[in-house]
Formats: sequence, C-alpha cells, structure tokens
Amino acid sequence: MSDPTLEIVSPGLLTTVQDRGRYGYQRFGVPVSGAMDEFALRAANLLVGNDQSAACLEMTVLGPTARFLRDARIAVTGGDLTANLNGEPLPRWQAVDVARDSELGFRNMRDGMRAYLAVAGGIDVPLVMGSRSTYLPSGIGGFDGRALAAGDVVSAFPADTAGPARRLPRGYEPPAYGSHHEIRVVMGPQADAFGQDAIDVLLGSTFTISLDSDRMGYRLEGAEVSHATGPDIVSDGNAPGAIQVPGSGVPTVLLADRGTTGGYTKIATAISADLGKLAQAVPAQTVSLTAVDLDEAAAASRERESVLAAIALGIDDRVTIAVDGNAVEVVDADGGALTSPGADGTGTSVVTASVESDGRTYELEVEVARRGWSG
Amino acid sequence: MYDEPKFLTAGDRAMVVELGDSISPETNRRVHGLVRAIEDRGLPGIVDLVPTYRSLLVLYNPLLSSFDGLRETVASLDSEAADAGKEEPNVVDVPTVYGGEHGPDLDFVAEHNGLSPDEVVEIHSGADYPVYMLGFTPGFPYLGGMSEKLHTPRLATPRTVTPGGSVGIAEAQTGVYPVQSPGGWRIIGRTPLALFDPEREPPSLLNAGDVVRFVPVPDDGSHQFPDAVSP
Repeated sequence: MSDPTLEIVSPGLLTTVQDRGRYGYQRFGVPVSGAMDEFALRAANLLVGNDQSAACLEMTVLGPTARFLRDARIAVTGGDLTANLNGEPLPRWQAVDVARDSELGFRNMRDGMRAYLAVAGGIDVPLVMGSRSTYLPSGIGGFDGRALAAGDVVSAFPADTAGPARRLPRGYEPPAYGSHHEIRVVMGPQADAFGQDAIDVLLGSTFTISLDSDRMGYRLEGAEVSHATGPDIVSDGNAPGAIQVPGSGVPTVLLADRGTTGGYTKIATAISADLGKLAQAVPAQTVSLTAVDLDEAAAASRERESVLAAIALGIDDRVTIAVDGNAVEVVDADGGALTSPGADGTGTSVVTASVESDGRTYELEVEVARRGWSG
Repeated sequence: MYDEPKFLTAGDRAMVVELGDSISPETNRRVHGLVRAIEDRGLPGIVDLVPTYRSLLVLYNPLLSSFDGLRETVASLDSEAADAGKEEPNVVDVPTVYGGEHGPDLDFVAEHNGLSPDEVVEIHSGADYPVYMLGFTPGFPYLGGMSEKLHTPRLATPRTVTPGGSVGIAEAQTGVYPVQSPGGWRIIGRTPLALFDPEREPPSLLNAGDVVRFVPVPDDGSHQFPDAVSP
C-alpha cells in the first residue's frame, strides 16, 4: 500500500512517470518508452535506495512545483533545471530527506533539459505490460496515460529511509552536458545503402538539433546525407539510437518513444552509453557523430555500469561488526559511510572507525576494498 | 529469401537478423520460426525480439551476451528451425460488419474496381491473410495476401478520426485499426473485436505469424464496438 506523497501545484512543461521502459511488447507494436536519460534515472533510484528500475518523474525544460504530503527521501539527477526546496537550492545527484509540506520547485534550465526525481520506494502507478512508463501518443501507462497536471497527487511505495543514504562514488563528477554534444555511433544496420561521401558527411558535420525533436526522436539538421541506393527498405525493427535517413537526407536519431518498426534506411546507431547524453541535448544545440566499434561501445557501457555499481555498493555493503555477539554500529571518523572509495579512485581505502559497545568506544582501522570502480 | 541469414549491427545492444530482402510468406514464416526457436532455447541476455516482414531485431544485454556469440547461436537455431519444418499457423476469425455506417468506403472500393459491394465483401472475406508483423501503432497488423481485385488508393485527405476496429484497404494492403486514430485507409467495415487492450495479457489479439480470416456478420445492432483507448 503506497502513500500520497506529492501534490502537483503546477506541472511544468512536460512531467511524466517513467521507468526503464516497456520490453517484451515491441512485437505487438508497443514502443519501449521509458526514461530518455536512463543513466540519470538509474542513478536517482540508487541514491534513494530504490531498485534501479523503479519509476521516477521525468521533468522536461521547466520542472514542476510540487508539495510533499509526507516526509520523503528524494534525489534529483539529470539536467540542471535549478531545483530548489522551499526556495533554497537543492543539491543534485544526492539523496535529500525532505519534510512534509516542503515545496519542490524549479526555476530555469541551466544545463541539459531533462531532470529525474526519484522518491524512496518508487512512484506508484499501475504496471501496464510490465512497466510504469508513460507512452503519451497512445495514452498507455504512467499516470492515467498522460503528463502530470496541477492537482494530481502522486503516490510512492513505502521505503525504509532510516539508514544513511547512498552517495556518488567519491571523486566521481556527475555529467555536465554543455551545448555541443559528441555522440558515438556504431555504423549500420544499413550503412551500405550510403556511399563513402555520405558517411563522411554524417561523421564530419556539425548538426543542429531540430526544434521538432521530441521523445520519439531527434532530427539532425545541416548537411544532407544522401543515399547511394534508395531511402526505403522493407520495414524492419527500430533499435534504440538508430539513425534513420529518409529521402529528405535529414538524419533522425530514434529515441525512447520511437515506433517499433520503420521503413527508412538506418545508416548508424548511437551507442547506448551516449543516449542519455543525447537526451540532454536541447533543440538548437549542436551534435557531431563519431564512429566506434562494438568493443569501444562495450567499454563505454561497462564504465557507466561501474559508476552505477559503485553507487549501489556505496552503503549496502555496510560492515557489520559484532562484539560479544551483539551487532554494533560502525561509522568513520567523520560520522560518514564506512564504504566510500578512496579519493584516488583506486578502489581501496582505509578508514578509521569508532565502535561503541556497552558505553565503551573502540578505535578501529578498517580497509575497504571495492571492485569494479576505476574512477 | 537468403540461404544464410545476414547479421547486421544495430548499435551495441541490438542485432538485425535478415533472412531476405523482400516480402514473402516463406521468409516471414522463417522469421517467426526463428522467434520460437530463440524463445524455446531461452538464450541469456535477450531483452526483446521484434519480428518484421523479413528480418528479426534482437535486443540483447551486451553485459550478458555479445554480437559474435549471438550470431553463432542464432545461425544454428535458424538452420535447426528450418529443418524442424513449418508449424500450422493460428487462425483468428475477425467478425466484420461490412458497409453502411461502419464501412463508408465500401461503395467506392467496389466502384473503383468495377465490382458490386457484395463482390468486394465476398473477395475480401474469402482469403487468408497472414499477419506479417505488428507495428505502426500498438496492435496494428500488417496483413499480406489481399486480392489484386481490391487494390484501391488511399483517401486524398486522411480522416482525422477512424474508429477502433475499422477494417480498411490502402493500395495493395488490408488491415484493421486496433484503436481510434487518424488515417487515410478506405474503410469497408468494422469488427467488434478489441484487437488491442493494454490491460489484457497478451494485449494484442493477433500475433505476428497468425492468419486472419474476415467473417461477414450482419449489422443487427447487437455488436459492441471497441471504444478508443487513446484520446
């Protein structure tokens, strides 16, 4: 049973419930949808102690104003839409405990364009075809299949927020998005429908993101990418990040709300590690594309996963120490989490801990080893 | 149809398995046979499968699976599936009220093809239509097999609203609108079946690989037509 958690005072430009997307139904023509910046959504969830695939609010350009109906632990990640809590700047990419009646607001778009609000427990809307994501064009999923509106009350599942919150790995800087975006692509599936001249144009040009870009796709305006053969193929499946080129020669990167199938040639596909970055690119900003191979794309994925794994490990591997059979609480000298990685990012750190038992304090040195995190 | 599948990279977490370069019932059956084979094998790291006319998009988790590994497995599953022979397709009867308020373009289709409305109904309901794939909108079936006698151009100006369940013709294709949507197809009838319901499991009445038969039913006022799912 979930509790009413957030009352939407004003909805902002486009605020929807999203999770990691709806898989398993594309064969029926149901788009995946889900968070445009999946990394930011997963990080927000981990910071508040959620499963990575819990539902969050995706907020676009102009964030909502919302009042908390109960105490909650939250995190805001993704683009910098100048989140504030009761008028004070709200730190991004970290868990914050907010009191009932607090008001979350946003002022202007400073960097990136999509922010994610995670609430400990996860947003509670019905699962539709296995996902809580909103697919607006067909009104499927999310909050009644639509964007949030003033007066809506959003519930979150209960969560245990008594313990300390997870944190970003020490030394890790959350992404800054900027105004020019370099996106890595893997060539194909239909690169052979284009000549080398067209591929040179694709990889050598600076494109401007069209104003009619949305959750379905980003149109890249600028130099024309012309076909060696025709622009049409017998319709096949649309992969995430596929860059289709219709007869107009304007490449379009297919994103979260893309149709499941399409009949245009797809010259290349943006790598999954860069899709979130592209989702933060604002129309009228610029994009350039670089070709990489599958090994490089896989390395980029692993790097992202290691950051997420480090957040997940950050507090969940709290050390339990028992004295005379009784578990005792262990904190480091600053009272913080015991398992923060070393500032040098090599994965091992030594922390001094104090152990209290029966009114007596013991000083300990604890070495914390961390796998999978390489700074 | 190709002898050996072509494997195309579609980014770092998807692969296109291409079995041909044109639309044919045989190629499409091979696509669906491959879907069954992959599902029966329960391959690790498969995230989703999107069968289309002549190819299969395989979405995979690159942390659990690799392009090269998948290529090898899928190639062997494809040849095993081909050896196993065809499975009988699932036949779905789609009761259809032809003409009248539910089929406003029936007379045009008849006139365009030099037929009577009754002949159009007879020809349209007399064929088996393979469901090559679903796409365009949730639950929309791409059907093959329509008689050349019924080919009709699209409306010059698409309707802003075509009711859910509408059965239409566009050029050489016939299909059914699963939910209310705008559209330029010539509407010759309507089915009371709810082709797509997001609350149902599975949500789509039709699966790619099925065969559709349109069955004429009288418009006796007893039919409950599906209401729009989308606004």
